Amino acid sequence: MPNDAYIALIPLLPLAAFVVLGLFGRKSLLRLSGIIGTGAVLISTGLSLWTAYRYFAACLSDGACRLITPLKVTWLTFSPGLSIDLSVILDPISVMMIVVVSFVSLMVHVFSLGYMKGETRFGTYYAFLGLFTFSMLGLVLSGNIFEIYIFWELVGCSSFLLIGYYFDRPSAVAAAKKAFIVTRFADLGFLVGILILSFHAETLDFHTLIQRLTGPSPQLASITRASFLGISLLSWGLVLVFIGGAGKSALFPLHIWLPDAMEGPTPVSALIHAATMVVAGVYLVARLYPVYMFADPAVLRVVLYVGAFSALFAAIVACVQTDIKRVLAYSTMSQIGYMMFALGTFQAAGEENTLGYTASMFHLFTHAFFKALLFLCAGVIIHRVHSNEMKDMGGLRKLLPLTHGCFLIACLAIAGIPPFSGFFSKEEILLAAFHANKFVFAVGLFTSGLTAFYMFRLYFSVFWRRQSQDVGSHHGEAPLTMKIPLVILAAGAIFAGFVPFSRWVTYDGAPGKGQGIGGFAIAPVMLALLGMLLAGFFYQKESARPAKAAAALGGLYKFAYHKFYIDEVYSFITKKIIFNFIGRPAAWIDRNIVDGFMNLLAGVTARISARIKGFQSGRVQDYALYFFAGVAALAVLFIYIYT
Amino acid sequence: MWAGFIFSLRQELIVTGIIFLLLFIKVGATEYKTAVILNLVNGLLLANFILGFIGCQDSILFSGMFHTNKLLVLEKNILNLGTLIISLQAYDWLKGHRQVLEFYLLLLATLVGFFFMISAGNLLMFYLGLELSTIPLAALSSFDLEKRQSSEAAMKFIMSSAFSSALLLFGISLLYGATGTLDFDTIGQRLDGSAFQLFAFILLLSGFAFKISVVPFHLWTADVYEGSPVTVSAYLSVISKGAVFFVFIQVLYTVFKPLAANWYRILVLLSILTMVTGNLFALRQDKLKRLLAFSSIAQSGFILAGITGSSRTGDASVIYFILVYIFSNLGAFGVVSLISAQTGKEGIDDYKGLYATNPLLSWVMAISLFSLAGIPPTAGFFGKFFLLMAGVGKGNYVFIGIAALNMVISLYYYLRVIKAIFMESQPEPIGKLTIPFLPNLAFLICVAGIIMTGLMGWVYDYIYSLSIGL
Repeated sequence: MPNDAYIALIPLLPLAAFVVLGLFGRKSLLRLSGIIGTGAVLISTGLSLWTAYRYFAACLSDGACRLITPLKVTWLTFSPGLSIDLSVILDPISVMMIVVVSFVSLMVHVFSLGYMKGETRFGTYYAFLGLFTFSMLGLVLSGNIFEIYIFWELVGCSSFLLIGYYFDRPSAVAAAKKAFIVTRFADLGFLVGILILSFHAETLDFHTLIQRLTGPSPQLASITRASFLGISLLSWGLVLVFIGGAGKSALFPLHIWLPDAMEGPTPVSALIHAATMVVAGVYLVARLYPVYMFADPAVLRVVLYVGAFSALFAAIVACVQTDIKRVLAYSTMSQIGYMMFALGTFQAAGEENTLGYTASMFHLFTHAFFKALLFLCAGVIIHRVHSNEMKDMGGLRKLLPLTHGCFLIACLAIAGIPPFSGFFSKEEILLAAFHANKFVFAVGLFTSGLTAFYMFRLYFSVFWRRQSQDVGSHHGEAPLTMKIPLVILAAGAIFAGFVPFSRWVTYDGAPGKGQGIGGFAIAPVMLALLGMLLAGFFYQKESARPAKAAAALGGLYKFAYHKFYIDEVYSFITKKIIFNFIGRPAAWIDRNIVDGFMNLLAGVTARISARIKGFQSGRVQDYALYFFAGVAALAVLFIYIYT
Repeated sequence: MWAGFIFSLRQELIVTGIIFLLLFIKVGATEYKTAVILNLVNGLLLANFILGFIGCQDSILFSGMFHTNKLLVLEKNILNLGTLIISLQAYDWLKGHRQVLEFYLLLLATLVGFFFMISAGNLLMFYLGLELSTIPLAALSSFDLEKRQSSEAAMKFIMSSAFSSALLLFGISLLYGATGTLDFDTIGQRLDGSAFQLFAFILLLSGFAFKISVVPFHLWTADVYEGSPVTVSAYLSVISKGAVFFVFIQVLYTVFKPLAANWYRILVLLSILTMVTGNLFALRQDKLKRLLAFSSIAQSGFILAGITGSSRTGDASVIYFILVYIFSNLGAFGVVSLISAQTGKEGIDDYKGLYATNPLLSWVMAISLFSLAGIPPTAGFFGKFFLLMAGVGKGNYVFIGIAALNMVISLYYYLRVIKAIFMESQPEPIGKLTIPFLPNLAFLICVAGIIMTGLMGWVYDYIYSLSIGL
């Protein structure tokens, strides 16, 4: 594809919107800012779709997808042999990501037109959204590990601004700071990882880096020969990069910022904490996947177990949350755990089987639609109820019919019920896990049951549970600008699964075989159905349930006949066993051990700092004393001990 | 011959010329306009900066006492630019000051001192340059004539300096005893790493370490920064430090090359100590000047990490970082200086709600602090990245890990200030301030520098092409 320089416009248009709105959005363009921001992203989305169409059409005609570098600028020669280029690359995953990012961003822009209407800092909000979209698009298009790091940090900065948007709320400011510092802490791993990999590979370019570190080359020899604590530097570099990814993607134990980040405006959560920023970690590992495949299998095993554990852990915690956005946050963490462990399934699967890679990217793709939809629905609900707590909701299905329908579609999709999109991608992940590691497969299977359970717990608590509220006095469900994105995303949540993904997105660009799922799907779907039924059984009936709702449930009503006994059993299982023995301890570990450790770290630092403040007494003769002591200590150390 | 001589010495001669000019005005003119003096000095500094771009040849003057080459001219030009920015920023403060001429006399004397120190080819020349800059600096620290704290700062500075100079001089004499020469080129050939020579080296090193506020020789820093006028603190934190770093790296890479294995270990230790201590102290500070003092200590630790790289990359990354550091630190100090001059407020809590009243100053501060914290896409990030990259060359990953961890810790206190400015409020925030033209121009230069130095790759490429390796 020649003449592809226009691709640079995809990230640059939102940047332009940011600059214009940042300068004029507070006063002169306040009213127009929503239109300007949305317009820029609309064009970006159009260009992304056009690029995707052309790219995959070229794939079909060539028989395989190639890596294209439409833009490349040599930026500086760092030292001989290590130059830094700024480039834009197109390959299946980056094309897929620009579509996802620009599309979800567009939906969020449109939705916010209604949701944020009347905010005094409306223009600033759209400026920040533009900055975020620019950074995220830049991140996925980066052809260079240094460049991706720059955008990676920019994404962190803009998400800091967006989470802390309601800066008059102390909790929002604290959450923004926590998110920034925790992810920055993880980025430290990423940074050191970059330093190690690029120093030994003598390049920062992804393509060259992958070539040098996966085939016989002097660079590979140097990085595998060098070791630290008995582990080769290649493994160290990759694990450190993974740590950076795990921070951004909120994997255990670096996930603690994600639930708090829900303090930001809800559409922001849909954009950042559902579809785009949090999957950056998955994207990063996918970008370097050939190196991960080539390196010591232990590295991918780390990815596998961290991913699987996060998936399970978050799903369990999600079962005991009462704040609607926190349930969604933990559910995001759990789904990202799925994507991560799908990437980790490679090592045991044999050289040729890279189903996990495709499955992971596929799940990333479908997840973007239904999770953004869930968050936007939550936005509508919160807009109406003025509360995040599930106890303040209930019986909203008549009041918010469209939201109800969309929410249900999204829940079915995330639960993996055919033919909704989540079904296809999740089945592929489970299939990959099945071939690779039976234990992780079992974890994934169980988690998918839990997913159905907690999502439908949410669904029933919000839309059923109570007497349907009076429809009489309401003034419309939501403005049109909020409804349209819901409908479009719902269509995506239904149909995204039919995209022939495995044919297009493979780690080496060669068309995949597109493995059938067939009978394999029976167990996960049954488990999901069981989870749904369980959720319905508890949460539809916990309040004084009117007969009408009971009748609507039909088959379940028969079960309700044995209400007391089964209630006891299930309540024992859920309340006593799942909640008390698993959910609560998991939440407790989360709150006390993981958070506690971070707090301890801060506390100890503060205490040491207070202690050593005493040295800084302000007396100049003391200073001379320390000075002299310093000289003496250095002299002793380096003349007598080290030589 | 004279033309070549003058040409090689042109930067020193111009600054000395300004000094004499001011001296004549002081002696001759009965009355003068402060504004004219300020514009005159700024104009001449600008001229010197522009002339600095004219190419030059490597030359050695005064029988090896004075060296010059493209790299040294570039380093002097960086310092000259920094001085110009500081002078622009101080416009407001100086206009109301009675002793403008004396201020510039002292300030430019230190600059000439640094120039000669950078070009020194001999330990005596180096020592002369260093002292020529140290003593006027102490006088400058007490330039807030009404404030007791300012005189206290000057006192502390001169006492500590005297102590460090004494040890430095002791080191020089021991080195002379050990090698029989003061000439940089010959010293290098006669070093063998004996305990005696190592001891002399450590004394010399502690003299350097004092100037660049390396722990445990840093104790004067916070007190002096806090007590001195903000302009002088800014000068101390970037120009003085930058100049000594320039010399330090040259001396290490050329003269003490035979002891590289020894000083590598010392520098790693000092670098870790400096970063950790600077950052830990900065965490709890409530006054911005003290916070910036400790942050500048921590930054010194980072620069040391780059120096340990012992390669051409190490040299280039240090010079590049100092350039970036001048822009970032002067951006931050400029804001503090302006606010302090107009309102007298210097606490972090005073800055709450600044964004509501002074958005421009708030953005300058935020961009500068982000650059100091090393967050992309500001130049500070590139600078830190290059320093770490240079450090990685030695394969000491624990050390690089600690350095990277310190970047995260430092983020914490920089964010505190940004949080106060943008996200907090107070009943009586700092009112709307007027920013005169020249300080405004200085802010523009700083912000443009912070953004452009990072994005324009050729800046680094150029520095690299001039750098020296071990």
